[in-house]
Amino acid sequence: MAASEEDVLRTEIRWSFVVFAATALILISILYAGLVHGINPPSNIETVDPKTLHLSGEFTEGNLGTRVEADGGVTVRVVTTQFAFVPQCVVVPTDRKVTLRFASPDVIHGVLVAGTNVNTMVIPGYVSQVHTTFKTTGDLLTPCHEFCGLGHSQMWAIVRAVAPADFKPDAQGRAACDGR
Amino acid sequence: MTAARRLVLFHLWTAFAAFAAASVLGAWQMWMRSPLRPPFATPDNYFLSVTAHGTAMAYVLTTFFVMGFGYYVAETALGRPIPQPRLAWAGFWIALFGTLMAVLSILSGRASVLYTFYPPITATPFFYIGLVLVVVGSWIWVALMVLAMAQWKRAEPGKAVPLAMFATVANAIMWAWTTVGVAAELLFQIIPASLGLVQSIDVGMSRTLFSWTLHAIVYFWLFPAYIAFYTMAPEAAGGRLYSDTMGRLTFVLFLIYSLPVGMHHLFMDPEHSTGFKFLQMVLTAFVAAPTLLTVFTITASMEIAGRLAGGKGLFGWIGALPWHRPMVLATGLSFLMLFFGGGGGLVNMAYGMNAMVHNTSWVTAHFHLIFGGTVVTMYFAIAYAIWPTLTGRQAGRFRRQRLQLWLWFIGMMVTTLPWHWLGLRGQWRRVALFDYTNPAIAAWGPLVIVSFVGGLVMLASALLFVANLADKNAALIRDPVIRYARPYHEAHRIPASLNGFGLWNAVVAVLMLAAYGWPIAQFIVNPSPSAVVHRVDR
Repeated sequence: MAASEEDVLRTEIRWSFVVFAATALILISILYAGLVHGINPPSNIETVDPKTLHLSGEFTEGNLGTRVEADGGVTVRVVTTQFAFVPQCVVVPTDRKVTLRFASPDVIHGVLVAGTNVNTMVIPGYVSQVHTTFKTTGDLLTPCHEFCGLGHSQMWAIVRAVAPADFKPDAQGRAACDGR
Repeated sequence: MTAARRLVLFHLWTAFAAFAAASVLGAWQMWMRSPLRPPFATPDNYFLSVTAHGTAMAYVLTTFFVMGFGYYVAETALGRPIPQPRLAWAGFWIALFGTLMAVLSILSGRASVLYTFYPPITATPFFYIGLVLVVVGSWIWVALMVLAMAQWKRAEPGKAVPLAMFATVANAIMWAWTTVGVAAELLFQIIPASLGLVQSIDVGMSRTLFSWTLHAIVYFWLFPAYIAFYTMAPEAAGGRLYSDTMGRLTFVLFLIYSLPVGMHHLFMDPEHSTGFKFLQMVLTAFVAAPTLLTVFTITASMEIAGRLAGGKGLFGWIGALPWHRPMVLATGLSFLMLFFGGGGGLVNMAYGMNAMVHNTSWVTAHFHLIFGGTVVTMYFAIAYAIWPTLTGRQAGRFRRQRLQLWLWFIGMMVTTLPWHWLGLRGQWRRVALFDYTNPAIAAWGPLVIVSFVGGLVMLASALLFVANLADKNAALIRDPVIRYARPYHEAHRIPASLNGFGLWNAVVAVLMLAAYGWPIAQFIVNPSPSAVVHRVDR
């Protein structure tokens, strides 16, 4: 029971090493996931003018939705706006690398695709870009997860993940939910 | 009795009035999100309510409690009257006036922007100006805390500042740093937009400035709980504080590591690079250190008490503790909630894993457990402990105090454990109405009802708490005094670095420059396209 001042100090220092080791272990795990598995947050710092993004460039109406690019990669472009996703449904193939790009012409929005690692804020002024590979087929719940006004609760979309055989882009490389 | 008791009581009653009202709103919000639809269930009312709940809990309860408790500690721990009581009262009235301004703005329906603002959505200027006044009132408190400690040190040269006051001043200094971010956002971006002086806002900049405040403010709320862990709980348990030095180190670590970490709220934002996110994530991991040190030191202090009470063996001392004392019980319950809330926090801070939970109910669960659970439970315990020295009466019967603490704990667990699960299933935040006819989310209904029941239990506890404080029939206490825990070994010589904050302010400045220098400067060097202001007040 009678612990001297030195005993107290020694005990606390010993515990400090445990704390340091625990913290280091956590950091090493995160570093490993980031470097080896490429699990990093969306951080592309790419600007776009929210006032004019609908007039020219990749977020004009005709460019929205899913497209197979010339290099074979699949890119999905979506505008998030009070209080809808445009388009409301996008189709993507499973087991293939997909890049999702979002932009907002008005206020802050956020997107998550339930059951996947797709999660990003959509900040007016920036393009948010997420890379993922969808693993399961089905209509995935895709709500706006950040308060964007009184209609926020009604703002959600569908990501329709289909098997590679059912993913049928047209001659321009475009694919949409209604089967065009 | 405490000389500044009127000043302290005015602060605490303002805090707890806001708390009680916000508890009613919180329960109603859970009702609305559940498949059972309450009266007044419109999105307008819901977001008005969420704004009021957040503002009352996060800004009013906390700021007034911290200020009132700070004045109390300054008088009782230093054993001398607080300096400049008139200024302290001026600070109180300014903050109260600001609070009323913000509350009326919210009730008018012209400030439904939630307590975290989300520009370019913009509310009536009265909402923001009211909140600025609350902060201005708290700045007066900061100055008085620093002054009180400086005067004491002059009067008692070479002596160690009592731990409770050392911690209170650490919090005051941290708070001064903390408010710089949100004050800059409000004064230079949001209020000019709200007044119609500018038509657009750089949203990346505003989010970054708010993030500066966003983590440290939580530690501002949390400090009183830790002060109670170190200086009240060991005494209530009948033991000694295991290590006074560790306490000082913990509070210094809080001061320096709470600030350069706010970007962990922006992991999923596109306006910052992976490098700075990683840097602030590493600093965030260091914040776990003061908490883990505290868990150890307080457990050791409790062990001393348990063994003095005759507890034997490896764990026998736990049962020997006086759990019937509200402060001891609250500390135990608070630690339990810290275990769950802290675990959730480690997931949030892992910047890759954050993608699984960002802006889902998981996060709501995390901060309700940490703040509403760990912290507010200790606010209750502190109020119960100091009430006799403020009013001459006990705050209700001990039995009722214990019942209230247990109800809060049970309610908090029943509310937040389903939220964690729903968050992992993708339940997103800030939703007024869920369409449970949608098969994708139909299965969530029963769990949300469970959370609502937890909310009702918490509401009952909140009302019982206020009833306990207001109990006019409670036992009179003759010559009430507050005793702070004595350390196991008295701190005879204390290094100057652990008896003041000059050095630590310099460390904070360097860390903030490293962590936030470029992330803020980038918006000035390479301005991003700004967003048009969206008003909600007309």
